[in-house]
Amino acid sequence: MIEHDIVVIGGGPAGMAAAVAAYDSGAHDVCILEREETLGGILKQCIHNGFGLHKLGRELTGPEYAAVYAEKVAERGIRVYTETMVTNLSPERVVTAQSTKGILKIKAKAVVLSMGCRERPRGALNTAGTRPAGVYSAGTAQKLMNCEGYLVGKRVVILGSGDIGLIMARRMSLEGAKVEAVCELMPYSGGLKRNIVQCLEDFNIPLYLSTTVAEIHGKDRVEGVTVAKVDENRNILESTKRYIPCDTLLLSVGLIPENELTKSAGITMDRVTGGALVDENRETETAGIFACGNVLQVHDLVDYVSDEAEIAGRGAANFVLRGKRCGQTIKTKAGSGVRYVLPQRVNADEEEEVALFLRVTQPFSKVKYTVSSGDRVLMTAMRLKAAPGEMEKLILKPEKFKSAASEITVSLEVMQ
Amino acid sequence: MFDVAIIGAGVVGALTARELTRYNLSCCLLEKENDVAMGASKANSGIIHGGFDPEPGTLKARLNKEGVPLLYKAAKELHVPFKNNGSMVLAFGEEENKVIDELYERGKKNGIDGMDILSGAEARRLESNLSDKVTKALLVTNAGIICPYALTIAAAGNAMDNGAKLFTNYEVAAIRTSDDGFTVSSADGREITARYLVNCAGGFADKIAEMAGDKFFEIIPRAGEYMLLDKSEGDTVSHTIFQVPTKNGKGVLVTPTADGNLLLGPTAEKVESAESTETTAAGLDTVLKLSKKSVPSVNTRAVITSFSGVRASEKGGDFIIEASQKVPGLIHAAAIDSPGLSSSVAIAEYIVELLSRQGLALSKNPDFNGERADTHAFKKMSDAQKDAYIKEHPAYGRIICRCEKVSEGEILDALRRNPKAVDIDGVKRRTRSGMGRCQGGFCMPYVMKLIKEETGKPMTEITKKGGKSAAVIDRL
Repeated sequence: MIEHDIVVIGGGPAGMAAAVAAYDSGAHDVCILEREETLGGILKQCIHNGFGLHKLGRELTGPEYAAVYAEKVAERGIRVYTETMVTNLSPERVVTAQSTKGILKIKAKAVVLSMGCRERPRGALNTAGTRPAGVYSAGTAQKLMNCEGYLVGKRVVILGSGDIGLIMARRMSLEGAKVEAVCELMPYSGGLKRNIVQCLEDFNIPLYLSTTVAEIHGKDRVEGVTVAKVDENRNILESTKRYIPCDTLLLSVGLIPENELTKSAGITMDRVTGGALVDENRETETAGIFACGNVLQVHDLVDYVSDEAEIAGRGAANFVLRGKRCGQTIKTKAGSGVRYVLPQRVNADEEEEVALFLRVTQPFSKVKYTVSSGDRVLMTAMRLKAAPGEMEKLILKPEKFKSAASEITVSLEVMQ
Repeated sequence: MFDVAIIGAGVVGALTARELTRYNLSCCLLEKENDVAMGASKANSGIIHGGFDPEPGTLKARLNKEGVPLLYKAAKELHVPFKNNGSMVLAFGEEENKVIDELYERGKKNGIDGMDILSGAEARRLESNLSDKVTKALLVTNAGIICPYALTIAAAGNAMDNGAKLFTNYEVAAIRTSDDGFTVSSADGREITARYLVNCAGGFADKIAEMAGDKFFEIIPRAGEYMLLDKSEGDTVSHTIFQVPTKNGKGVLVTPTADGNLLLGPTAEKVESAESTETTAAGLDTVLKLSKKSVPSVNTRAVITSFSGVRASEKGGDFIIEASQKVPGLIHAAAIDSPGLSSSVAIAEYIVELLSRQGLALSKNPDFNGERADTHAFKKMSDAQKDAYIKEHPAYGRIICRCEKVSEGEILDALRRNPKAVDIDGVKRRTRSGMGRCQGGFCMPYVMKLIKEETGKPMTEITKKGGKSAAVIDRL
């Protein structure tokens, strides 16, 4: 068994930013465990641009954005174990990992979870039909194209309008494939507006809302799909069924935080986010274990992943250098129109302002957010629009939450 | 010329090949797909049935009873995942309570031990997630679960290690009989000759019988749709939970699998052909509804895949395992629907007995080794053992499938060991790479690269399951 002050699990954007922030906060004995050959995570296959505008003030591709952080890691001499996959995490912060060198056991003073997320597969949708080749989650197709250099198909239907699906619609078009349709089960898209414009509208790819793939056809390889409109309860409307010939079906139907390790360590989870319950430092309810990035909540932009990871990295460093904070915590709660609020609790003795991140339940035009504790309104904020696909952020000043009782609620009302 | 050719590398064909290699003779397996276990043997409930259900006096009753202990023994020798978890048949209401008593009596007639009739409350004490509405249950302790495709692969591999030959993509197109035996030609123009021929063609057994000039039965293909749940749900129940049988089959079950998932299904719908393996919205709905009847708390949000398998039934209701009355040297093993898997080793032994009665000389093969090395040995090691093993074999340290924690070493082993995996699904069935909660989203490109390196095939020729199922279509 070896020892490190901080072990960061996962060397994608979250892990790299957390490690750098921990180092810069004075915890120099920090290491990253990464299962692939190089740092970068999913950014390595995101060869499109649009990364870094918020965080770095310039527009980069995914690999470029990853390189910025990989360099920061290297500059600080942060130890990186590559091709090393963590297979177990104990609540006492013993990390077991497997690599070509053998089994590695590390006792850590603090652990940062930054394993990212995975895509929801076809099987989870219970889509009827055959099981041919040519059905891929969008990210798998992206990896095959951008990292391996292969075209997965020439005539494509995409189910789900998540950002990876939209990006892949454009990417496949650029490689000469015909994207016949993007179908979205919900009456609105879950993707960023800019992606709908740049990836679909600019390429004349139709987006069909309240539409799903009812059946998959083809024995060896996909030969077509039956698409259909759905009613407000998402039941298929038989009379709207129509057949679209295609050789490929890409799925962009949701991302699932990859929390198997988190669960195995007995860390308390949030059923809505799919990630751990955390405080404003991104510390889970298991002392000394922090979480950030898409393993905690699925983010819209990598820039926000980096922001959150820095919070977790600083939190882990503080835990190592100054020990566990023990004091009162205030719970945060999602009120009407709000699906979740993160962090799920705030330390009452926190001296810094706290950013509350939230997602709404459905698209709204002009809304007013209210943060309240009991009958007391702590703050309000107006926004011109709100959409489930775009995370909202509300800044709460320390004097505000300090005056709160044991619980604060964030809710929204639609303005006329 | 082979002594025996077996048409169909499903569980019965593969185990028959293994049984034959116990003797000094040559045999081959002819399989129309790209791999073994591609029909009903890969898509069934994976249940080792107690044996109370078949009509007393039938082949099914006899071979199920004989087959269960033989199957447990073979599973140990071949290192196939199995568990003797016991089963329960649930009754809901007075009418069904009577069926439980009938099943118990039938079981007694079939000579089945270890049965017990439980009240609803007693059943719930053993299985806390059962419905409050369960009124009575039949507990069968010798029942179990087994991975059916792992058994088929291991049996075929062990047979090959003992000298049997496997010909894949060998779709039988014609069978000629002569005084010497049989000439079996394939759709792609290959030809083999054999003195004896065994028809284990599953859903196509009637077509093979016809080609051999002895069609006296007709296969009725019946599809069964299933849903497989994440391993997080694997302990929802510990027994295999049946409902009282209907005329179409043993009803929808809720069971842990030998690999630790939870399986729901099957339906039983007559379909056009043995290849009608598509799932339907109605079928999957039925599976959900009926499994919730037994276990209301089944977490249907944790479904990771759904599939359908087509069983080969026949109107008589019993297995058809007999020497042809018209064509000397031809043995049929047809209509092997449930409890076919449970009976499979007994069926294989019976086929060898029938061959012997037809004149096949059986002298013991002293070199026969019925043990097959455990393909999951690495997974079962302690951390210290793994550490030592990885230092000798570094490829075992590199994890390819994150969900099921399958290493490159295990995948390479599957590509090199009989019967060699040659496609993506073949690797999946042998190693579980791609069988977890992300369903291959992460590992598939890596698995493809390993197949490419191992076989020398270009990526565009690497298929999901043979034929035209290439995963990528062009180089960018």
